[in-house]
Amino acid sequence: MTITEAPPAAPATPPEPPVRKASTRKRLVPYWLLLPGILWLLVFFALPMVYQASTSVQTGSLEKGFQVTWHFATYWDALQEYYPQFVRSLLYAGTATILCLLLGYPLAYLIAFKAGRWRNLLLVLVIAPFFTSFLIRTLAWKTILADGGTVVGILDSLHVLDVTSWLGWTEGNRVLATPMAVVCGLTYNFLPFMILPLYTSLERIDGRLHEAAGDLYARPLTTFRKVTFPLSMPGVVSGTLLTFIPASGDYVNAELLGSTDTKMVGSVIQTQFLRVLDYPTAAALSFILMAIVLLMVTFYIRRAGTEDLV
Amino acid sequence: MRWLRRNIVVIAGVLTLGYLIVPNLVVMVFSFNKPNGRFNYSWQRFSLDAWKDPCGVADLCGSLTLSFQIAAWATLGATVLGTMIAFALVRYRFRARGSINSLIFLPMAMPEVVMAASLLTLFLNLGARLGFWTVLIAHIMFCLSFVVTAVKARVMSMDPRLEEAARDLYAGPVQTFVRVTLPIAAPGIAAGALLAFALSFDDFIITNFNAGSTVTFPMFVWGSAQRGTPVQINVIGTAMFIVAVLLVVGGQLVSNRRKKTAATT
Amino acid sequence: MTETASTSRGGGDVRLSGISKTYGSFHAVKPLDLTVPQGSFFALLGASGCGKTTTLRMIAGLEEPTTGTVFLGDKDVTGLPPYKRPVNTVFQSYALFPHLDIYENVAFGLRRRGIKSVRGQVGEMLDLVQLGDFAKRKPHQLSGGQQQRVAVARALINHPQVLLLDEPLGALDLKLRRQMQLELKRIQTEVGITFIHVTHDQEEAMTMADTVAVMNGGLVEQLGSPADLYENPETTFVANFLGTSNLIEAEVAEIHGDEVVVTAGGAKLRLPAGRCSAPTASGGRLLVGIRPEKISLAHADDAGTIPDGRNRITGRIADSSFIGVSTQYVIDSPVCPEFEVYAQNIERDSRLAPGAEVVLHWNPAHSFGLDAAQDIDAGIETVDEEVS
Repeated sequence: MTITEAPPAAPATPPEPPVRKASTRKRLVPYWLLLPGILWLLVFFALPMVYQASTSVQTGSLEKGFQVTWHFATYWDALQEYYPQFVRSLLYAGTATILCLLLGYPLAYLIAFKAGRWRNLLLVLVIAPFFTSFLIRTLAWKTILADGGTVVGILDSLHVLDVTSWLGWTEGNRVLATPMAVVCGLTYNFLPFMILPLYTSLERIDGRLHEAAGDLYARPLTTFRKVTFPLSMPGVVSGTLLTFIPASGDYVNAELLGSTDTKMVGSVIQTQFLRVLDYPTAAALSFILMAIVLLMVTFYIRRAGTEDLV
Repeated sequence: MRWLRRNIVVIAGVLTLGYLIVPNLVVMVFSFNKPNGRFNYSWQRFSLDAWKDPCGVADLCGSLTLSFQIAAWATLGATVLGTMIAFALVRYRFRARGSINSLIFLPMAMPEVVMAASLLTLFLNLGARLGFWTVLIAHIMFCLSFVVTAVKARVMSMDPRLEEAARDLYAGPVQTFVRVTLPIAAPGIAAGALLAFALSFDDFIITNFNAGSTVTFPMFVWGSAQRGTPVQINVIGTAMFIVAVLLVVGGQLVSNRRKKTAATT
Repeated sequence: MTETASTSRGGGDVRLSGISKTYGSFHAVKPLDLTVPQGSFFALLGASGCGKTTTLRMIAGLEEPTTGTVFLGDKDVTGLPPYKRPVNTVFQSYALFPHLDIYENVAFGLRRRGIKSVRGQVGEMLDLVQLGDFAKRKPHQLSGGQQQRVAVARALINHPQVLLLDEPLGALDLKLRRQMQLELKRIQTEVGITFIHVTHDQEEAMTMADTVAVMNGGLVEQLGSPADLYENPETTFVANFLGTSNLIEAEVAEIHGDEVVVTAGGAKLRLPAGRCSAPTASGGRLLVGIRPEKISLAHADDAGTIPDGRNRITGRIADSSFIGVSTQYVIDSPVCPEFEVYAQNIERDSRLAPGAEVVLHWNPAHSFGLDAAQDIDAGIETVDEEVS
């Protein structure tokens, strides 16, 4: 549109009247609202990170106390000693994330598009497991995957266990205390964190888009590939993050369902911190884990192109 | 075969749902077990013993009460602080907006064990005594971001003209907030509070690092996984599950009836 | 400067004195003086971003003016918050409280002022807008038109000195909009309250308001009754934004008393000096405007039958479209490339088809003259573009 500097209406402005300003009190309102919460996060979230960073370059012992000596070798030593646990953590967490996506997507799709009046019931069923403490539920997997139990029996008779043993995921006819049990537990524990964001973004998709795609000669599978899936990308991104991040630092599943051969980096940090009391090593390990996760998350968000996750 | 292909999504979805639900059923069934040894992992025979005496194990109910207390206070703290932040973020323009957004996002993008370990270093350095207060501080910290997210979503979808309309209709700032803003933001605040309660009540890793010798319910379960799992754990898990489901269903029924009566009159 | 305002005469007038609003470096409303007489139906008309809604919000108190003063009667209300002003607003898309039923929505203002017995007033108000049976419904259970009426009732129940309407009909479909225009006009006549109505729809403004202020770029371009604005536009923006105008770039040839003679593309046109909004002098440039429906069309063969004393232009029909009551022609003329003519369908001349040579002629008194320094296309493409 064109805006004319309309000459006829331009009034000759007399000496400028005083310009009003919003009162200072009003301008400070947002800061007062933010202050307590942000302070809390700064003191109990950001500041600890600084302390941890400083701890990681300290040397000393519990008796004599620790001093900052810029001993970066701790990082190197920690990595050298515990890299199997790091690799394992990322591998298990990655596998669990992919499994969550594969398992969660159909259910989220079902709830969003096909559930009709059952939608609310299904949503309740998805979050219902949360109502029981996750540790109790994880212990239930010990029963489900117990040696000689029904599940193991079925898998054995279908020769699934032969394949998984050959791949190194299970041992003989055991599932418990193997990588498969740990991944199974991780997948189970973080599945709702995948399903809910997926559902949220799928639900926003206008059902008429499916009809439009069908009208434009797209087969159902093509419709999914070209329309539904791309539109659900925000859900996929936040779902994978919400699954991968906690899974990578988790040690509950590895400790309860796994063996010493399936220890993840979380276990190591916990042991170093609470049992061995080697604070510098623990801090260094935790710092490395944080760096890896943050790098991966940043890279992933950049690639996926969604910046607004909060 | 065609039927299979057409319903593949339904079948896959139901299977996933089964995967999610089965452990809960196992917990429920095993609350009626009478195990032989110390561990309640394999089925022996039916018994109501544990249901008759849910607090029959030392420290179990004490830890449960403690968890409830911590969760209640953490919910209150995180909801109040988080709601304030959410309102500030949606309603006002101010400097440092970007860094504040990251500060709120980061706790959600951080493995729990990292937050747990770093918080413990802080407490150790400050010489704080680990216990109820350190756990509460930690819980408010990690619940805060989730409350902010939940409330923010709701406040953002709220038409700012509603508040203008209230002011236009003779409601002062306090009245506007109490009569219009709060009721409309309430579902978001409630969602945030529920989430905070669930997260706090169920948290293990951060609590385990910062609790010292204080034992919350998840820590009790963790400990029992090493020493022997009493059936009472399953009883409590099942009871909580049933109570929560009843609350959800009841809430749904009430809101349904309200909708119906509103539609018929 | 307020002492002189006489209480008796301007008792309930809304007076804006030098008010302006700036956001950073953007001037949403430039210093503006405006008086809305008590009891009038006043429209602020303009495209989106012209400052009309900001002006309205400054009257409501929802926006603080950067400079200037708002008077209600002789009371300076500039510093008063909205909840202390005897002014109510019907918001764009209504802003009904979703958590309250219709009854409580309408009662809201009364309750906030501490009035205990609201039942009778709310009932009356709901009857006035014909929604008595819907008191217990929630806003989302009503149709758009019903919600609109609730919004009006919720504001009017407070007996405000001034009712502000911010695009109140924007969300309704065309038929309902027509109906509500008449309805609002009826209510205004009945209650006698000053209505200030913001709209981008020129037809809506002209149907409902007794006075229209056309705004553009944060300024009031022209103010007057709908007929006055239509017949005597003073800027190209008004000429193009309200209806359609043919604007001819011309040069002033001579001035005879109160008649100005101009030349354009070889044709000699005359117009009354009193209808020139720009200063005229021989040799100066002028835009001559003429509304399409004021023009008569004759086939070139009949040129001899045209009475003397009329302005004439020759051209060729480029396009014609039949729309029932009239036929709209686009004429290609050396004077003006796309000349629009609306001819009433009284007797249709079958020779008037695309390609035919024609003579356009009109009464010189219907022409108007505009300052040639303006953008000749101002206000054109904004007419139907916005939906907000």
